[in-house]
Amino acid sequence: MRGRTVNPGKARGEALVSRSPLSFYGGVDPKTGMVVERGHELEGKCVKGKILVFPRGKGSTVGSYVIYALKKNGAAPLAVVNEETEPIVAAGVILADIPCVDRVDLSLLETGDLVEVDADRGRVEVLKRRWEPFP
Amino acid sequence: MYLSREQERMLEGEEGEVVERMFRLLVRLGDLYGADRMIPVSSCQVSGVSYKSVGDPGLEFLEDLAEKGARVRVRTALNPAGLDLEEWREMGFPEDFAAKQLRILEAFRKLGAEPTVTCTPYLAGVVPSRGEHLAWSESSAVAFSNSVLGARTNREGGPSALAAAICGLTPRYGLHLEENRRPTVLVEVEGELEGPWDFGALGYWAGREVGGEIPHFRGIKKAGTDELKALGAAMAASGAVALFHVEGITPEADPEKTRGLERVRAGREEIRRSYELLTTGEEPELVVLGCPHASPEELSRAASLLEKRGKRPVWICTSRRVKEEASRSGLRRKVEEAGGRLVADTCAVVSPLERLGFKTVGVDSAKAAHYLPGLCGVKVVFSSPEKLLGGRK
Repeated sequence: MRGRTVNPGKARGEALVSRSPLSFYGGVDPKTGMVVERGHELEGKCVKGKILVFPRGKGSTVGSYVIYALKKNGAAPLAVVNEETEPIVAAGVILADIPCVDRVDLSLLETGDLVEVDADRGRVEVLKRRWEPFP
Repeated sequence: MYLSREQERMLEGEEGEVVERMFRLLVRLGDLYGADRMIPVSSCQVSGVSYKSVGDPGLEFLEDLAEKGARVRVRTALNPAGLDLEEWREMGFPEDFAAKQLRILEAFRKLGAEPTVTCTPYLAGVVPSRGEHLAWSESSAVAFSNSVLGARTNREGGPSALAAAICGLTPRYGLHLEENRRPTVLVEVEGELEGPWDFGALGYWAGREVGGEIPHFRGIKKAGTDELKALGAAMAASGAVALFHVEGITPEADPEKTRGLERVRAGREEIRRSYELLTTGEEPELVVLGCPHASPEELSRAASLLEKRGKRPVWICTSRRVKEEASRSGLRRKVEEAGGRLVADTCAVVSPLERLGFKTVGVDSAKAAHYLPGLCGVKVVFSSPEKLLGGRK
């Protein structure tokens, strides 16, 4: 899949996919990377070391600092993939230097997929589907 | 994006490492959102001031900037901190938290920011006029300045607002452009709204319904500063609304521009559902009013109500400026005599409420009700101040 570079960089890892928007401020614990927003579909899941996929950010603008803090605390996702990266998430990933691509069809990605993000070229590729037993 | 020669020099580091790093952030954001050039901003408002929000990484980031000699180039106000800067000891705020919080504010002071720490700068002396370009980041203040004052700002992140303050510039895209300020969805409101709390409940529903759209409200007969403040704050919390129009009330609301728009309808049922959805507890041990920070009118209404309250602690959060006025006018004494407390510079959401031992909190704000369970681990009762402060239980 081809999208748009929000912040360059490359990463490969397991996808954690949310179909609903994600708020970093109040929604994700900056120390651990756990999603803590009550009732959110990712509540109790951890963004650390994942290819974090969500349609767009929502909620308070402190979100950028939370993304920066996640990186400093070693709890950041490896890369971020959005449908549309809004300014709060964009400032966060640029400052924290996390590879990020947007304008991607998220319906093609599922939690557990092995995904490669080449944000330099705005590319997102599924290497292995979650349900495929072996490559 | 077009950059002037002077701006290119900023990007090449001729004005120092900090300006280079911050300007790079603005240029990258500008490229991303299709800005054609940079424009000067008249003021900035920076979020991420509470130690609770930014933690050690934020503190270190800010101290690093201050140490490297960065200075803001335009008027810069700050979002609320994590405590009342003058009375945190009496209120029982933890020392370790206070020490870190004071370091953050010291870093901001070195950067040249004003000591205005509030989510309502427009009630505390930073009042932009129509058409002014800003880089503000508190989401409720963004909604208010765009919608009610007719100024122009995108919903900035804390760092991008700070970058704009340090560079004096912001990329020209989004809500800075006339054509992007048109409504994109029509919200038809039926029935009466009682006060700011009902506007918050309506806004909470609307934000969930319209997400990041620009709603045009029809059918709201009357709304003052407090009502519009609550409406915008709730929509910015439950959705990503940065601009809304209210027919007959806000400056850019133009019924002509609503032709052919998708329509949604809201009435008492939607408002009732917001109260229901946001209420997770039963008996509040603490009532917190003033999210966003209370205006003098809200403060005065709360003071009158407090005279009949039961034995519960009450905080009314507001800006330092409004608190000082209240000290002079006697309102503060009235609140304190009734057992309440005027809390400045902070609010329940960004303060370490969970460390003060409260389990259930009563609020009259949909925004506070939305954030408190996640950020402070408390249960919430969302209702009108009248009901929250009503009778003895």
